[in-house]
Amino acid sequence: MKNLNRYGYAFIAPFWIIFLIFNIYPVALTFYYSFTNYSGSGTAEVVGFANYQRLIADSYFVEAFFNTWKIWGVNFALQIVIALILAMIFSDARVKMKGLSFFRSIFYLPNLITVSSVALLFGILLDWQHGSLNMVLMNIGIISEPINWLNQPTTAQLSVSLILTWMWFGHSFIVVMAGVSGISTDFYEAALIDGANRWQTFTKITLPLLKPILLYIMITSLIGGLQLFDLPMLLTDGIGSPDGSLNTMVLYLYNQAFKYNNYGYAAAVAYGLFIITVIFSAIVFKSMYGNERKQARRV
Amino acid sequence: MIDRSEIENNVTPEQLAKRTLIPQEKKMKKRRSLVKGIIYALLILTAIICFIPFLMMLVNATRSNDAILTGFTLIPGTALMENYRTMMEYVNIWNGFKNSLIISVLVTLLTGYFSALTAYGFAFYTFKGKNFLFVFMLVMMMVPGQLGLIGFYELCKNLGILDTFIPLIVPAVASPFVVFFLRQYIQTTLHPSLIEAARIDGASELRIFHTVAIPIMMPAVATMSIFTFIGSWNNYIMPLVILFSPEKYTLPVLMGFLKGSQVAQNLGSMYLGIAISVVPIMIAFLFLSKYIVNSISAGAVKE
Repeated sequence: MKNLNRYGYAFIAPFWIIFLIFNIYPVALTFYYSFTNYSGSGTAEVVGFANYQRLIADSYFVEAFFNTWKIWGVNFALQIVIALILAMIFSDARVKMKGLSFFRSIFYLPNLITVSSVALLFGILLDWQHGSLNMVLMNIGIISEPINWLNQPTTAQLSVSLILTWMWFGHSFIVVMAGVSGISTDFYEAALIDGANRWQTFTKITLPLLKPILLYIMITSLIGGLQLFDLPMLLTDGIGSPDGSLNTMVLYLYNQAFKYNNYGYAAAVAYGLFIITVIFSAIVFKSMYGNERKQARRV
Repeated sequence: MIDRSEIENNVTPEQLAKRTLIPQEKKMKKRRSLVKGIIYALLILTAIICFIPFLMMLVNATRSNDAILTGFTLIPGTALMENYRTMMEYVNIWNGFKNSLIISVLVTLLTGYFSALTAYGFAFYTFKGKNFLFVFMLVMMMVPGQLGLIGFYELCKNLGILDTFIPLIVPAVASPFVVFFLRQYIQTTLHPSLIEAARIDGASELRIFHTVAIPIMMPAVATMSIFTFIGSWNNYIMPLVILFSPEKYTLPVLMGFLKGSQVAQNLGSMYLGIAISVVPIMIAFLFLSKYIVNSISAGAVKE
């Protein structure tokens, strides 16, 4: 047996060598830089917590924080509502909708496309004077004046939210559907016999039983959303215009490091972002499972 | 008798609904089919909204710049070749295609092979520190990629591998999530007695892995490979940071480059460039859609 144990180490060795060099070391090095004033060349001077103090007081970072939340929040609310409505339609035993796999594929398609292509595409589709969207909307008669989508803070943020919704609701729909099909039909039969209507069935059976799946969607979406970068980077000028409304946390990190050479400060931004991600994931997790424990205790 | 009770137990909700249908409810049934029609119409509308940006892209890719500036129609134009020539004058998109393909294929192969190797090591050997290493790996799995970005850049600078494909390919050897997924999979599908049997037959450990474990793991590796490939193909921030020479750009970085280049003056060429980056994925999806959808469902439910 002793002989075989050695093989265990051999099998996992390549993974750990590469993991240490290209994953753990960079994370540790970034941590070190976050306490220095490193500027990409020369030597790094240790400055203590100065970068973190600056981070908390930095209005641009705070702005990026709220922008990221606003853009993600609107997108998530829309995406999950659409996904739930679709799941409700396709899982209804009384209506029996057909074409699930067809619609599922079409709805999912935008998710596969390279984000930078999506950003570029919408960048020109949403163009103020020559964009096809404004032309179509004006042809139909919904608007009389072209809307300057990407040049006003509110519409720019809304545009990014809607693009994200467009990209992600199909994915959420697939995951929700997977959860719904895992719910035993016994529950629905019982509800039918008890004379529950659709809404009651949905809120009292489907939603509570979908909780773990919804939690999974929310946390993965949150982690992805807090890292929003490609869209705001390529949709406008790369620094978060108009009026800094598309300035997200990772975009700020990127620009601080690779545009302004503030490596030390950018490292602190990275760790700030990491701490925020951990805190909010924990809050989401707690709020969804904490309630359950309380309810269980009451019973 | 037994058959009958089984049938009784397997009544589906629709059957139940049908059985309790009384004549007055026939009207309701009619109303239901109307509602169904409305729902179908809304679903088709949603599908059109999903698809219309792509349609606009495809149509505009065949129209000249002047035509696009004057208005929008769904009738294709005739300027496809002209747009193509204009684009190729400034940006060689096929080069970006080639770079993306080289990187994504190698990343997928490395991730598949080494993740299977690591998962096998974790699943079928007992050694000191195994549990600690596994938990440590799971914790690191939660760490977002951007956290180490600056350190990663510095590391590559010091190793002299900036502006090469190495930093984009080699780290694929260590993919914690894939290892985790494959370990779960192989623990339920490969019985240790099979390995013992191979050992008695005198096969070396690595040979057992190659001839016994890999074939059994293949379906799970294939599932993960799809997502590895897509993730690598779509990756933007890493190649953006690592690569400087336009001839080495991957497709996503090239898209950004396209936006800042002279091509942006000609909207038709822009649309064509975007279309070229998008259409191959759409064609691949046409064949793989069922497989991809099932993989997403399986991944979500298992967690």
